[in-house]
Amino acid sequence: MRYLTDRKRAIGAGSAKTGTAHFWAMKVSSVGLLILIPLFLFTFGPRLGEPHDVVLAYFERPFPAIVAALTITVSFLHFKDGVQVLIEDYVHGRVQKLLIVGMICVSYGAIATGLFAIARLAL
Amino acid sequence: MTDVNRGKRPLSPHLAIYRPQLTSVTSILTRITGNALLVSSLLVVGWFLAAATSPEYFALADWLLTSNLGSAVMVLSLWGLWYHTLAGLRHLIWDSGLGLEIETAEKMGWAVVIGSLALSLITIIIV
Repeated sequence: MRYLTDRKRAIGAGSAKTGTAHFWAMKVSSVGLLILIPLFLFTFGPRLGEPHDVVLAYFERPFPAIVAALTITVSFLHFKDGVQVLIEDYVHGRVQKLLIVGMICVSYGAIATGLFAIARLAL
Repeated sequence: MTDVNRGKRPLSPHLAIYRPQLTSVTSILTRITGNALLVSSLLVVGWFLAAATSPEYFALADWLLTSNLGSAVMVLSLWGLWYHTLAGLRHLIWDSGLGLEIETAEKMGWAVVIGSLALSLITIIIV
């Protein structure tokens, strides 16, 4: 240990690691959501509380279906990265890893479910 | 291994000894709204799945989201969504190196709070 120089001990031990890629992924998804969220709110919102046949007919149309599919996908990718930061701040050790893995599963599960549902509505 | 000085380093100021400020409160709210949106997001995905499955299942999901409790969750989420969207926009501005002066940051903080309430109200009126 003591034969190592300070520089040698510091190399590779920076705090960022893959953090840059994580940060950038969140930036990209946030810009996407900036466009998608208003579009989704004003296409999905008015359909809430409408009868089933109206909802079916509406999401058969390409634009609302594509907006909904993209919004669910990008939202949950953004959530996956965001909730990881939350977990890393407050939980450590094995529980931290389990929670992060669990939340990644929830995120991809929600994306798959949402895309399946919208595909079935639209096609 | 690199931490030869563990325990003797100065501590950074943390939540417990900080007086709440507009900038810190709006930051905490960004985290809370972002993560709490999981609840309504899953409800909405469930609503889509129900719509794609059967009229009976759809009736249940529709009731879940439009009941008194469901509506309260959706309205609260709507504000959370607008808040998180505006707060995210603020972060994008900060990341480009702009608006970091305390005065501007505080102004943007109020813009996020007031803007999110206004946008929620507008959305409720339109939708």
